[in-house]
Amino acid sequence: MSSPIDVDDKSAPTTRRRFLQGGTAVASGALLGAGAAAGAETNNLPPSIPEWMKAPGEPTGGQLYGAPSPFEEGVVKNISKTLKQYISASSRTPLQELDGIITPNGLFYERHHGGVPTIDPAQHRLMLHGLVERPLIFTIDDLRRFPSESRIHFLECSGNPGYTKPYGKTASDLVGLVSCAEWTGVSLKLVLQEAGLKPEAKWVVAEGADAAALTRSIPIEKCLEDAMLVYSQNGERLRPQQGYPLRLFLPGFEGNMSVKWLRRLHVTAEPVYSREETSKYTDLLPDGTAREFSFYMEAKSIITRPSGGQRLSAPGFHEVTGIAWSGHGKIARVEVSVDDGRSWQDARLQEPVLTRALTRFRLPWQWDGKPAVIQSRAIDETGYVQPTLAELLAVRGENYFYHNNAIWPWRIAADGEVTNALA
Amino acid sequence: MRLREMCGIALAIVLCACGSGAQAQSPYGIGRPATPAEIAGWNIDIGRDGSNLPKGRGSVSRGREVFAEQCASCHGEKGEGGLGDRLAGGQGTIGTAKPIRTVGSYWPYAPTLFDYVRRAMPQNAPQSLSDEDVYAVSAYVLNLNGLVGADATLDAKSLAAVKMPNRDRFVGDARPDVKK
Repeated sequence: MSSPIDVDDKSAPTTRRRFLQGGTAVASGALLGAGAAAGAETNNLPPSIPEWMKAPGEPTGGQLYGAPSPFEEGVVKNISKTLKQYISASSRTPLQELDGIITPNGLFYERHHGGVPTIDPAQHRLMLHGLVERPLIFTIDDLRRFPSESRIHFLECSGNPGYTKPYGKTASDLVGLVSCAEWTGVSLKLVLQEAGLKPEAKWVVAEGADAAALTRSIPIEKCLEDAMLVYSQNGERLRPQQGYPLRLFLPGFEGNMSVKWLRRLHVTAEPVYSREETSKYTDLLPDGTAREFSFYMEAKSIITRPSGGQRLSAPGFHEVTGIAWSGHGKIARVEVSVDDGRSWQDARLQEPVLTRALTRFRLPWQWDGKPAVIQSRAIDETGYVQPTLAELLAVRGENYFYHNNAIWPWRIAADGEVTNALA
Repeated sequence: MRLREMCGIALAIVLCACGSGAQAQSPYGIGRPATPAEIAGWNIDIGRDGSNLPKGRGSVSRGREVFAEQCASCHGEKGEGGLGDRLAGGQGTIGTAKPIRTVGSYWPYAPTLFDYVRRAMPQNAPQSLSDEDVYAVSAYVLNLNGLVGADATLDAKSLAAVKMPNRDRFVGDARPDVKK
């Protein structure tokens, strides 16, 4: 996290400088409650009148597209600084800085395979062809004429995280390749019906208009169940990083299949066996066989507060909170252990609990100031229970790479510092 | 009877009105027909059996030249990897503790190589190689993996005939695989 530029400026007004320092500490997660401690030295607190009440603020319309408070400048996407290249790469959502279940569009995780194209929607077309009665071409305006729908769903990268060390320090480092938004578009089923599926249609090959021309094959059952052609996210048009002007969206399936910058749907009798679905997004088992077409993201949860990189300010009351999700439907329960897995108690789920969406859970907790290990496990409506990393490794081995949905414990030291308990 | 006829005429009028430029059978009448030429221009999908591979052919020797110019800076002169993936070697390692996944050791179908190189490579200028050069690069990469001879020239038929060593090692998704 970067520091405010004026932190070291000794001539800056002390109140602003100190507040910025306090705000930075909170944003970086170094010290929960640090803002209040730093603020105690300022003259903006009772009984004084805060300086921002003594003069008018910024005029209306100063920002035609709003931005977060400057005190939140540390809440940004989490991008590794040591990648070999950034054209086929990912950035992570700062999960531990967020509340609720909706990811702001600017903080939604990214995974690109050929960079982020800049597409003029007026020059973008969706071609639908193959095993259909009537091959069709749609403009974006055409697609917006169809009956629309909005649904809240998570999207998660298949590799979130890997199975081997080094394990991430923060919740974002570990599982920041998951985000959740309200998606608006048209049911793919309606668009396929517009072209008329032939009886032998069993798969739909989706292709992006990026430099990777990324291609994945989708089973027709999923296309007719809940797949969407999406043009808006959280109320506004898709961001370029999320596929502007059009993306496929497959609730509960691994993220790369929700093809961005969608330009072509090829209805076929069998999968295309593209590079992505043979050499890349397959799961290698210890015996040398590899699972292919492993689509679903299984039930998972993570405690986001307190979590790695944060520090509990003092013993006493702390809310344990986090997110849970399942590609197979709704979260039924989330259990939390605060005693290194010896006992588990039900966390409270925030309503509404939605299908294939992030679900916020909370548990009130009195920390006694002693070292502790806390963790959560999700149970979805199918009865599936989130496994431990050891259980997954026993079946899948260390070369499996994708679909790691392990329970992830956090260790809390006597001084309140929170670290990854498996690292 | 008369009523039914009138209804039929009314329906026909509605369908005609909705269907301007689209098909009468479409529920919403949205979109326009895609022509065969438009589909041919955009459909670059190659099946695992080689279906839709274009005309043309390319030799290992030509592929070596194209690879040195277009690919080696990221993938290494002999496909040993670098900024880009390793492309050659690793056969026999897939079932070991340290698998090396390359085209030769892991990819199940040779036509996928043509499909991927044409659509996505080179990364700085995808879809810039001629079909002949894509055949040639595919032949060279397969030769680096010992799967075709140094004097080989590949076309649609011969590329599809290359048997990849790992072809039969892919299985279905057996999850949930951790039972409680």
